Amino acid sequence: MRVLNRLVEFVGKVGCFSLRVLADCWRPPWEIAQLFRRLAEVGNRSISLIVVSGFALGAVMTLHTRSTLVSFGATAMIPAVQAVSFFVEIGPLVAGLLLAGRVGSGIGAVLANMRATEQIDAIESLSIDSFKFLVVPRVLACVIALPLLTLFMDFSGLLGGFLSEEFSSHIGLQLYLSRAFDGLQWSNFIAPTLKTTVFGFIIGSVSSYFGYTTDKGAQGVGEAATNSVVVSSLLIILADVLLIKCIFFLFPDTAI
Amino acid sequence: MKSFGEKRVLNNVSFQIEQGEAVCVLGRSGTGKSVTLKLIMALMRPDSGEVWVDRDNVVGMAERGLSVVRKKLGYLFQDAALFDSLTLYENLALPLKRLTNKSKGEIENVVHRTLTDVGLGADGAKYPSALSGGMKKRAGLARALVLEPKILLADEPSSGLDRITASEIDELLMRRKAEHGTALIIVTHDVHGVHRVADRVAVLDKGDLVAFGSVAEVSQSENDVARRLITE
Repeated sequence: MRVLNRLVEFVGKVGCFSLRVLADCWRPPWEIAQLFRRLAEVGNRSISLIVVSGFALGAVMTLHTRSTLVSFGATAMIPAVQAVSFFVEIGPLVAGLLLAGRVGSGIGAVLANMRATEQIDAIESLSIDSFKFLVVPRVLACVIALPLLTLFMDFSGLLGGFLSEEFSSHIGLQLYLSRAFDGLQWSNFIAPTLKTTVFGFIIGSVSSYFGYTTDKGAQGVGEAATNSVVVSSLLIILADVLLIKCIFFLFPDTAI
Repeated sequence: MKSFGEKRVLNNVSFQIEQGEAVCVLGRSGTGKSVTLKLIMALMRPDSGEVWVDRDNVVGMAERGLSVVRKKLGYLFQDAALFDSLTLYENLALPLKRLTNKSKGEIENVVHRTLTDVGLGADGAKYPSALSGGMKKRAGLARALVLEPKILLADEPSSGLDRITASEIDELLMRRKAEHGTALIIVTHDVHGVHRVADRVAVLDKGDLVAFGSVAEVSQSENDVARRLITE
């Protein structure tokens, strides 16, 4: 019962925190400079990780797919399978989970450290709204950056898949791409990519919540970093289930 | 009154300071000295009671009103609380950019002048991680003063510093008071500093204000803790 109470309390607090983020997004002053700074930070921190992971995942997936499809004589389907799986699910989900690990932990740790060293109090003492200054730009940066990073993930996955296929069957780039995009519709691409804005919001607001609200000093820094990764990863996976149902409802064609 | 959970930190504290006056707040560790400063700055809210800055009671005041009141106050944090990701120049320029209509050139002048006042005129491009403890304290003081507040709240400005650096900080505070009429509320354990700076002394013990008066008055106080704190 006590665990349930704490869970409900936690959900309520994170919910209120997220609603405050949504409300403050529309309230001036808008922290444009901070937003660009955070966007650059999120991009710089994650782009190489996303590209390398996507490339390796694409290559590995192609090797596995080939070993299965070869027994059905359907190796020509490999580019299409690769494209659909990356654009529809693997790209958005893996990019979200990687960002939760790379950026979420950073946001949690930085804000918790600022709380522990009274930097947040210092911002308030200078008549600056610390929530708008620190939290809102970080959440927005995650919301904006994650769809872009997902695109990098998708295309580096395709590239990894192509190179793997090229070594196996010398397929050629043009043929690979034409087979990859042949059966792909815009709805397979746009809706799953846009759903990562929700993942970005989850990462930004959950990580900021743990960092901004900690009151445990130095110990809270480590806890905030760990909790940010664990909770945002879990929420991303749970949200993915709901979002896929929503996408199937809005775009029935994608529910193959 | 202010409590944290079951623990009551402040119980019965009431005092008033005038413009241009320096009040040092003394007390044993954990008696609510820093909490008192945070209540004045409205970084915390008391469970009951009032905090008046000029004609405004900051308790229960909305954010918009608070931001007006806070412009009258400067706060030197115990560990300076400089923003890690900004240079010293940017630390001082931030409030000027946000809260004043000064041009870029004017902001540069004000920041340079304020840093020079605290002896850091050549260090504006440095990040806080590159500064010594004493330099951080001076930088924190510069940031607290950059908006020219009427009241400066200083939380242990000499803690962790050698006696010479501590007295340099005290001199900066006294100069500010003399030249600008800034009121000072200084939480400190440094008795030498109290004798140098304080017009009056407030002594807190177990959340109560047990003595308030000039250094001479407090050193003859009937309260044992107050007398020992100021004389030993």
